[in-house]
Amino acid sequence: MGQRTPLYDLHLALGAKMVDFGGWDMPLHYGSQVEEHHQVRRDCGVFDVSHMTVIDVTGPQAKEWLQHLLANDVDRLHGCGRALYSAMLNEQGGVVDDMIVYRTEAGYRLVVNAATRDQDMAWMQAQLGDYTAQLHERPELAMLAIQGPHARQKIAELVTQSRGNLINQLKPFEGQADGDWFIARTGYTGEDGLEIVLPADQAPGFFNDLVGAGISPIGLGARDTLRLEAGMNLYGQDIHQDVSPLAANMAWSIAWEPAERQFIGRAALEAEKAAGVRFKLVGLVLEERGVLRAHQVVRIANVGEGEITSGSFSPTLSKSIALARVPTATADRAEVEIRGKWYPVRVVKPTFVRHGKTLI
Amino acid sequence: MSNIPADLRFAESHEWARLEADGTVTVGISDHAQEALGDVVFVELTEVGNVFAAEGQAGVVESVKAASDIYSPIAGEVIAVNDALSAEPELLNTDPYGAWIFKLKPSNPADLEKLLDAAGYKAAIGE
Repeated sequence: MGQRTPLYDLHLALGAKMVDFGGWDMPLHYGSQVEEHHQVRRDCGVFDVSHMTVIDVTGPQAKEWLQHLLANDVDRLHGCGRALYSAMLNEQGGVVDDMIVYRTEAGYRLVVNAATRDQDMAWMQAQLGDYTAQLHERPELAMLAIQGPHARQKIAELVTQSRGNLINQLKPFEGQADGDWFIARTGYTGEDGLEIVLPADQAPGFFNDLVGAGISPIGLGARDTLRLEAGMNLYGQDIHQDVSPLAANMAWSIAWEPAERQFIGRAALEAEKAAGVRFKLVGLVLEERGVLRAHQVVRIANVGEGEITSGSFSPTLSKSIALARVPTATADRAEVEIRGKWYPVRVVKPTFVRHGKTLI
Repeated sequence: MSNIPADLRFAESHEWARLEADGTVTVGISDHAQEALGDVVFVELTEVGNVFAAEGQAGVVESVKAASDIYSPIAGEVIAVNDALSAEPELLNTDPYGAWIFKLKPSNPADLEKLLDAAGYKAAIGE
């Protein structure tokens, strides 16, 4: 039996098909993963993401420590309530994890992946050294993501006036506390929406209220196809300890300036840049019928070979799409081997759908 | 609980087989199989004229989640494939016993008796 979120019984009552995800028993879907996907793109849906790890960082040197720990620079968070996406690298420049960092009144809040919890905590503790900063894991908190073009408006009508006002004021990539709730305008779907961190004992009631108000519960299956269409990396698949952020479409999240900020992995990334980055993460679109899957081989004429890191069927595009790591010189055409046959694919920027619009 | 029609025979690999009046055998996948697969988005059909042994690999069903091989429940020659599944693979979800995948001319119609009956299949899937 895996770990259970506070919403486990509700998932069963809603007819969820449960699966193991990083040691947690989580809902894969509540009937149709494709319908759930469309629901989020067209309206809104609610995800239980309580399995994700919430870590608060406090102390007089919290900022200095995070500036050392992370490839992005928390000094860019001008004021409480701002958030940024960052990689946490090892000395070799590989991705230990990716996360969102919120600047809070007490310091910083990190939301990292569920499956990487133990390695992250061990890594972060080991990097604390002489910094006067403290890490507080918050397992007593639950987390819901409500995503979709109507998510904010619908949630604002279902919560207290003060929380509703906050929801209406938040800009993208901002998050603020209201009482014992933390409400952020962030997500993992490519749609507008919220992520709400709240005490575990309040989560079932709130989730019930949302479902009662007609907001569909959405499983991890649709979460995966939504993030794939949005071109967002999944840790353990598209990125891991041996992958450089430069080869994972994450260069935008590396803060090179100021040049004297010595974040972990910087020297390795600079050496990699100087030598020439050999691989890049691209999007693939299969024009024929079939389904691209992780680990299928990609062949690029006169260039070399690569590999699909995530592949599935895109419900929005009604065709198969994938993320693939390929040689940097790859242009706009490639082939993928599916069950011994080679299929032509189009190579595109790895953002297929954003805010309901097709980008390819 | 999934739907298991009493007039069909089943393979442990979750295909159903129905003996038609003209001696041919129609093959599809069970309700239990489509439920486990989730949303079906692609069916790689076999070709008319292919000859299979029992349990020979006879196509692929891909759901959003994964690809699964389809096996011929008995030996025979393919005499028809359901092209409607190319355009509407989701028929396997919505109508698993209406959406047949291929039809066989069996090498030996008695082979059908070796497959599970409805009660046997029900037990095999733990229902």
